[in-house]
Amino acid sequence: MAKYSLKINGKTQQVDVDPSTPMLWVLRDHLNMPGTKFGCGMAMCGACTVHLDGNAIRSCSLPVSAVGKGAITTIEGLSADASHPVQKAWLEHDVAQCGYCQSGQIMSASALLKSNPNPTDEEIDAYMSGNICRCGTYLRIKEAIKAAAKK
Amino acid sequence: MKNIDNKMQLKKTPPSGAGGLVSRRSFLRSSALAGGGMMLSFSWFSEVKAAEKVTELNIIEQWSELAAYIKITPDNIIKILVPNPEFGQNVMTSLPMMVAEELDCDWKNVVVEMGTHDNVKYGPQFTGGSNSVRMYWKPLRNAGAAARQMLIEAAAQTWGVSASEITTKAGTLSHSSGKTAKYGEMAAKAATLTIPKDIKLKAPKDFSIVRNSKKNTEGVKVVSGKPLFGIDYKVDGMLIAMIQHPPAFGMKLKSFDATAAKKMPGIKDIFSFKLYDDGFEQAGFDTRTFNEMIAVVGNSTWEVMNARKKINAQWEAAGDVKDTMMGRGGKTEKVVPGRLETTSQQMEMMAEYAKKPAQQLRKDGDPEAAFKNAAQVIERTYNAPFLAHNTMEPMNFFAHVQEDKAVVAGPLQAPGWVEPTLAKLLNLTPDKIEIQMTRMGGGFGRRAYGSYVYEAARISQKLKAPVKLIYTREDDMTYGIYRPMYTATYRAALDANKNLIGFHVKGGGIPENPVHANRFPAGAVDNYLAEGWEIPSNITIGAFRAPRSNFNAAAEQSFLDEVAEAMGKDPIDFRLDLLKRAKENPVGKNNDYDASRYIGVLELLKEKSGWGKPENAGKKRGVAAYFCHASYAGHVVDMVMRDGQPYVESVTSVVDCGVVVNPDAARNMVQGAVVDGIGQSFYGALTHKDGAAEQSNFHNYRMIRHNEAPKKIDVHFVENDIDPTGLGEPPFPPVFGAVANALFKTTGQRYYNQPFTTEQPKNRS
Ligand code: FES
Ligand code: FES
Repeated sequence: MAKYSLKINGKTQQVDVDPSTPMLWVLRDHLNMPGTKFGCGMAMCGACTVHLDGNAIRSCSLPVSAVGKGAITTIEGLSADASHPVQKAWLEHDVAQCGYCQSGQIMSASALLKSNPNPTDEEIDAYMSGNICRCGTYLRIKEAIKAAAKK
Repeated sequence: MKNIDNKMQLKKTPPSGAGGLVSRRSFLRSSALAGGGMMLSFSWFSEVKAAEKVTELNIIEQWSELAAYIKITPDNIIKILVPNPEFGQNVMTSLPMMVAEELDCDWKNVVVEMGTHDNVKYGPQFTGGSNSVRMYWKPLRNAGAAARQMLIEAAAQTWGVSASEITTKAGTLSHSSGKTAKYGEMAAKAATLTIPKDIKLKAPKDFSIVRNSKKNTEGVKVVSGKPLFGIDYKVDGMLIAMIQHPPAFGMKLKSFDATAAKKMPGIKDIFSFKLYDDGFEQAGFDTRTFNEMIAVVGNSTWEVMNARKKINAQWEAAGDVKDTMMGRGGKTEKVVPGRLETTSQQMEMMAEYAKKPAQQLRKDGDPEAAFKNAAQVIERTYNAPFLAHNTMEPMNFFAHVQEDKAVVAGPLQAPGWVEPTLAKLLNLTPDKIEIQMTRMGGGFGRRAYGSYVYEAARISQKLKAPVKLIYTREDDMTYGIYRPMYTATYRAALDANKNLIGFHVKGGGIPENPVHANRFPAGAVDNYLAEGWEIPSNITIGAFRAPRSNFNAAAEQSFLDEVAEAMGKDPIDFRLDLLKRAKENPVGKNNDYDASRYIGVLELLKEKSGWGKPENAGKKRGVAAYFCHASYAGHVVDMVMRDGQPYVESVTSVVDCGVVVNPDAARNMVQGAVVDGIGQSFYGALTHKDGAAEQSNFHNYRMIRHNEAPKKIDVHFVENDIDPTGLGEPPFPPVFGAVANALFKTTGQRYYNQPFTTEQPKNRS
């Protein structure tokens, strides 16, 4: 066990966990932030995507010991009231079916738009292909990303 | 598990009428709300029983009377309780829309709540078989209409005017004198009135909420990561549990040593447990993949995962196992063979069985003679592998079992089927069991089989503590309850003039026969034979989005394409000719489908896809259409070669599912089914080696991804006023056939074996 001081959604949080604990489980089990989802545990599905210093990372494969001073943003911290342009576009396009993958999709999409405010279809495909949607909402996700890019 | 989709299917769907006279005993009950307001409780199902004369749907017969409610509060908020679990099929939005339509309230004031499970109140609350909207179509509208009539009556009495002079609009009552009142103002009085006998429903042309797209009522919660799902469920003092199941189907636990694992930090206990006691009578949906497993329980997921790796377990061959099943036909014993299966051997076994005599499922005319006299016989065999459901949210469930009661919570498609088994396992009466339902991160049939609920309950019972059981992706994918492995051989007999004079399908699978003997082209060919066979197996299987249909549509629709080619006919025209025959002069009885609706879908598909139009001459297109869950769906798939791989670039889809309640959500569902179908047909496969699943996670079980989804999926619905029929499943099966047929056009090769692509994805991290 080791103590970590983590910057999450603009707040500093303390945890005392095994250094190998992935951020996914730190968030879900220890910090009571279940918006970040578990899908595969091996960086193959994107359900657990969060931002580390603005970049999308798979939190299931990021040990807490590797976070250091990095600032983490989760779906809970993207906006206080679902008002982030990507969240708004998701609602506008009624993207979700079961909704389980969507936290991860939204976190990937918002990181994409930050680094590339006007992505082409191919760039969206390339960036988003690490996020599986079992319900097959890919077309709407792409529409929503393009709509958010215009805002 | 046989014929599961048939069992859950309501066969006939009479056209929607403007009136709905309720002649049976009252299915509604009104009461006053504390603090004013009205609550109308109602049965979701009583009318289904009365109107649809359901004989196949056994569970309906057991459904009880009292059910859900509409609440109208004095401040004009309309609360509608949805008792059915949501797994992405939009019930939390479309079911309330049906109530609100007839109630004539303002959609903005509607608040939707999810019910907890109560067999007594709501019936089994089953989600599956594309049933939700079609089952509730009448009962929900009747409830809304009854409430509206009672509000009108309350206003009439208050104002001293005739009820017939009062109109409603968006939650406001108005009288010609200029008097108006909000529903909330009249609700308390309405609650004291008797429930009307004649309930008048709107004519479809007057719908103002139904058929007008409404946004997902849980959309904001989803996009802000609110804890909606079972895996998010948490109570104080809750422990985390995982199971270790045998590494292969046909294996069982021999012994284990958890001394080291138990010393790991955060670990509470490690023990083995039995799912069912010896001789336990399993109900239809009680699967038993492995009967004895090791439970690891601790404070947090990561600690439990790590401790599990340190368990030293020995496994051995289980041998043949006897299961006792309690079905509708009474008690039966089933021997589950102990064989450790390997995919190549499974294929050989199926090929061998395919040659043996099989059970005759339907015969019209004289098929033997037709094939004997044929000028040409076309024979093709199609194969498809096991598929894992791979719901995005892995199986999980919360359980807190105490001496005299139990609370369980999580994602479950069939709480009403789990409850009786849970009661037996825990030795409690059903009224002592509370099942709380959460939103599900996908279901696709998988969550109709509640063994993971029983596992959670067993673990909690042993530890006398609240426990959440979580499967890792590996646990989930290697545990079974797969789509069965199937094969079918189709034969067509053509005469010298290239007329189709005989049709023969013989299908089988491990462990289930896929053939729907009474579906198209049954009824369209004079000489017809359908046969089926099954190979028992220890690999557990279950319903998978449009069970059996998802294979049949691939095989049959590819075969028809090839037959049309041999006859020199256009594939759509060929189908239309057969369907016209089935419509005008059907062969045999018990044809499952309505040929006119089938024709309607194909004709609209032809029009919308510009089929045969010169501008599309260069396109590599495949077509397929299929009927299941009382609906009709067809697709035209346009394929190109991209980076040396076939890629479905765009799709035109047509569905006839009767009245479309929430069109934009329905389009989403169809697009999802298309994407799912392309993914499964290209990549889906769960194979075995010595009984063990060879795929365990998304690095070796390929799922369709963003870059592989079509650029465009145009969805069209046949417009009619027929009562809604299924939507979650019907668009899925024909995708397989359309993809196979487009592959032929693109590559010049016919594809008979799924998955059509076998290469594995690159690492995506
Ligand atoms: S859970 Fe992290 S990528 Fe799947
Ligand atoms: S919406 Fe269900 S997995 Fe994406």
